[in-house]
Amino acid sequence: MVEILTSQVVSGLATGCVYALIALGFVLIFKATDVVNFAQGEFVMASGFISYTLLIRFELPYWLVFLATIALSGIMGVALERVVVRPIMTAPIFSIVIATIGASIVMRSSAGILYGYDVLPLPTIFSKDPIHWGVLNFTLMDAGVIGSSLVIMVVLYLFFKLTKTGTAMRATAQSQTAARLMGVSVGRIFSLTWAISAGIGGVAGVLIAPIIYLDPNLGFIGVKAFAGAILGGFGSIPGAIVGGMLLGILENLSGYFFNAGIKQVSTYILLILVLVVRPGGLFGAAPIRRV
Amino acid sequence: MPKGDSPGTNGAPGQSLLTVDGIETFYGGIQALKGISFKVPAGSIVALLGANGAGKSTTLKSISGLVPPLRGTVAFAGRRIDGLPSEKIVRMGISHVPEGRELFPELTVLENLKMGAYIRTDKRETQRGLERVQAHFPILAERRSQLAGTLSGGEQQMLAIGRAVMAQPKLMLLDEPSLGLAPMLVEEIFGIIGEIHASGTTILLVEQNANKALSVADYGYVLETGTISLAGDSQQLLQDDHVRRAYLGHR
Repeated sequence: MVEILTSQVVSGLATGCVYALIALGFVLIFKATDVVNFAQGEFVMASGFISYTLLIRFELPYWLVFLATIALSGIMGVALERVVVRPIMTAPIFSIVIATIGASIVMRSSAGILYGYDVLPLPTIFSKDPIHWGVLNFTLMDAGVIGSSLVIMVVLYLFFKLTKTGTAMRATAQSQTAARLMGVSVGRIFSLTWAISAGIGGVAGVLIAPIIYLDPNLGFIGVKAFAGAILGGFGSIPGAIVGGMLLGILENLSGYFFNAGIKQVSTYILLILVLVVRPGGLFGAAPIRRV
Repeated sequence: MPKGDSPGTNGAPGQSLLTVDGIETFYGGIQALKGISFKVPAGSIVALLGANGAGKSTTLKSISGLVPPLRGTVAFAGRRIDGLPSEKIVRMGISHVPEGRELFPELTVLENLKMGAYIRTDKRETQRGLERVQAHFPILAERRSQLAGTLSGGEQQMLAIGRAVMAQPKLMLLDEPSLGLAPMLVEEIFGIIGEIHASGTTILLVEQNANKALSVADYGYVLETGTISLAGDSQQLLQDDHVRRAYLGHR
């Protein structure tokens, strides 16, 4: 019994780590540019297909595919910001959000046209053989996904905390005027933010696609990650991480204790409950004003 | 700080470092500056005086590129800079300490200072600059790990000025450095402005505290509703009846 429970928690945490990565992408873009990018999930989907193509059609080695996917996803993020978002940056925030939703529909349809709507198998380097550690019960894949996600988070933390560019990105999020007066090119910081957010989405895609499925609707995972970010307190980076992880665990447990139908809605029930008690989310200071 | 020791500490005395010529600046449809012209000689301290809403802050923003002028020209060290974005202008050697200080509240004091040196690439030089700033403002060294948003008003002003010094500018634009500070702190801030000036930085100072400003400045310009109504060297302005009545509180 305990073993089954721990295996549910660990595999839930693995999915939750991926939610956390996607949620981080939402929050980074929101903090830097005040835009909520509803195409965030599509970076995950597109990265799944990119890595599928590189692995299966071009037969490149896995590590190279991993890096190339992150890079290509990052480039996609910059392109989306330049082509869709920046030209309308002075428009009301609502229009910008709708534009990102439009972009997500275009991306999803393009994937459908290119790859069809059948579920494709994306290989992974992590084995699904079970491992027993006392009461802990998990697969190498769970451990690999959790480990990779944590490494990405630590690297991001160090980048934002210790590097000059990372500090400039935090500074720009706090005051664009002051950042410009320091000589920071705010446009370049925006591009970099989108590149990083989409790049993390790329990592999420490579990690999650082998676990759930790879088809053009994979991007809807972004909705759950968004719920995770709100659960944690939208705009808070620790909130996005904890919210995403909690959501993954809860979702898995409710699927185990109840059924698959409850599993699908459990995240939203939890979200509503938390927001009733704490409108700002778990880590949020104040309720969100916009969107 | 003694005045008059200034023009000539760097650059040729009297040679204009900054030349503002007929600038007109708008916020939306509202014209804030209606053709302002003045010069800032290299090595000098120049004060812009005037009431609230006269256009003092707008003048500084027009120079640093935050609100580019629609008409007129701004020339710095012989090159036109109007129309350039702020991030280019600061790289040419103009640091703007804006109204409201515009610190990064959730960065530490040290991170704020390092952001000031964002345009500097020489790490060792930046480290020396950091030591110089912390010598000017010992309190900033003491509070270096504290978030800027938690500092007192006076400390925030010191940090804003210190951060601008980190860029090692040729010209510093200071917007109301005494605003909201207790008299003792005002003395301290003006003392530091004098030190920064003595180390070779030209200063364009916007102040409501006309007395204080003219006591350190070489030249002053009085702004009224977007135009310059009076100009002269500080001594003249201090003696001027209109200035005394309107800005120095004399009757």
